Amino acid sequence: MFNRIYDWIDDRMDITPIWRDVADHEVPEHVNPAYHFSAFVYCFGGLTFFIVLIQILSGMFLTMYYVPDIVNAWNSVYYLQHDVAAGLIVRGMHHWGASLVVVMMFLHTLRVFFTGAYKAPRELNWVVGVLLFATILGLAFTGYLLPWDMKALFATKVGLDIAGSVPFIGDWIQTLLAGDDTIIGAQTLTRFFAIHVFFLPAALFVLMAIHFIMIRRQGIAGPL
Amino acid sequence: MKRGKGLTFVGDSRIQKYDKPKLNRDYSEFPGRTEEFYPDFLLKEWVTGAVFLIGFLCLTVAHPAPLERVADATDTGYIPLPDWYFLFLYQILKYTYASGPFNVIGAIVIPGIAFTALLLAPWLDNKKDRHWKRRPIASGLMLATVAIIFYTTWESVAYHDWEQQDAQGQIVFSNLDAEDPVFNELIRTNCTSCHGGELAGGSGPNLIEPEYDAATVEAFVRNGVGDVMPAFEDQLTDDEIVAISEFVADLEEVSDDEAQNTPDSGE
Repeated sequence: MFNRIYDWIDDRMDITPIWRDVADHEVPEHVNPAYHFSAFVYCFGGLTFFIVLIQILSGMFLTMYYVPDIVNAWNSVYYLQHDVAAGLIVRGMHHWGASLVVVMMFLHTLRVFFTGAYKAPRELNWVVGVLLFATILGLAFTGYLLPWDMKALFATKVGLDIAGSVPFIGDWIQTLLAGDDTIIGAQTLTRFFAIHVFFLPAALFVLMAIHFIMIRRQGIAGPL
Repeated sequence: MKRGKGLTFVGDSRIQKYDKPKLNRDYSEFPGRTEEFYPDFLLKEWVTGAVFLIGFLCLTVAHPAPLERVADATDTGYIPLPDWYFLFLYQILKYTYASGPFNVIGAIVIPGIAFTALLLAPWLDNKKDRHWKRRPIASGLMLATVAIIFYTTWESVAYHDWEQQDAQGQIVFSNLDAEDPVFNELIRTNCTSCHGGELAGGSGPNLIEPEYDAATVEAFVRNGVGDVMPAFEDQLTDDEIVAISEFVADLEEVSDDEAQNTPDSGE
């Protein structure tokens, strides 16, 4: 039954090459922990992707309750945490996932660096990876303000001061991010929300797609 | 129609394209025991992911995500702290030659150089050798950077007052009325910088919990406490001191629903 449905669709759309490109490839011995346990270092990239998926899903559920304005933001998070079924777990996953994704990405970067996997012909994939690193840190920074509690406000204040100290364009960056060159308020919260939920995820998806397409094109770097 | 996998059209659907380019690279350049990704290796990854997910869920249940009290920009006594993965940068900004007049060095130049070097690593380290031992400069610089990040993060954590950090952000539901003129005009200017923006404690003690009467509070306000709290006898008028004392003596913790210090949850 399933086969006939598949064939029917495949006759019209030719979907076989699509899943073959994704799934039909060999895993070489030197990255397979089943053969060499030390090869677990090659799992960090996949784990980073897995946690990013957790972040996307838990984030989608959080926005069902979260309200990005300064009167209701904290209350919506408090309500989510105390009254919504499984709200504690969903917010917990998003909170701890944010830390874990930074850890895993850091380890993945170190693995690629110390195995020299960024050398020709894979330079561009390294560059995309570093941009992904910056995007994830941006997501971590903008997400920190959203609960609108004390540490959120003051940590953001420090961060914006640092952004403001960039020579020449500092004030401009600060106004772009915060909506004002001094006040951290209603504008800042909505802007950080928009950046956290729309702008940076869009960049993240594009960069991840390029990252993965390049891996499939170039294959995994050989053993040392 | 052609049964079977691998049919492609080339613009005109009457003409089929038969000579397809090879879809996947073979891994013949990696001699050894290769394994098919689908389904064997994927199943192993799936199991690993499931085990990881269970551990992760246990973590979220054992340690709920923290939430501090609602943001209050007027609370100047609050000591800010970034999330832990930015602590190293925050610590670097405390060093003499990376702060004050040299702030640009700590905030922009050092992170800028580090990020640019990371971005350009393939061109800065462009020899053929991949083994980390055979490219000592690149490996050495990376190890030094990692060591600095670990050390500064540790230093930031070790020299931080975590008890005060927890106390200053605690959610305390009280009958404190932030609209009251006594609070806005007197307490905000004299008390909150030490006792916390909602008087639930900062570098000074919590004023909500203790059950003192107005006379006791007045004695504290007039005389101060040794070196830790100044006397306000000469700085405020008698009326002001009495008003503050009565306001503080009235404070008590209440339940979530009756709290006046946080905006309504709108339930």
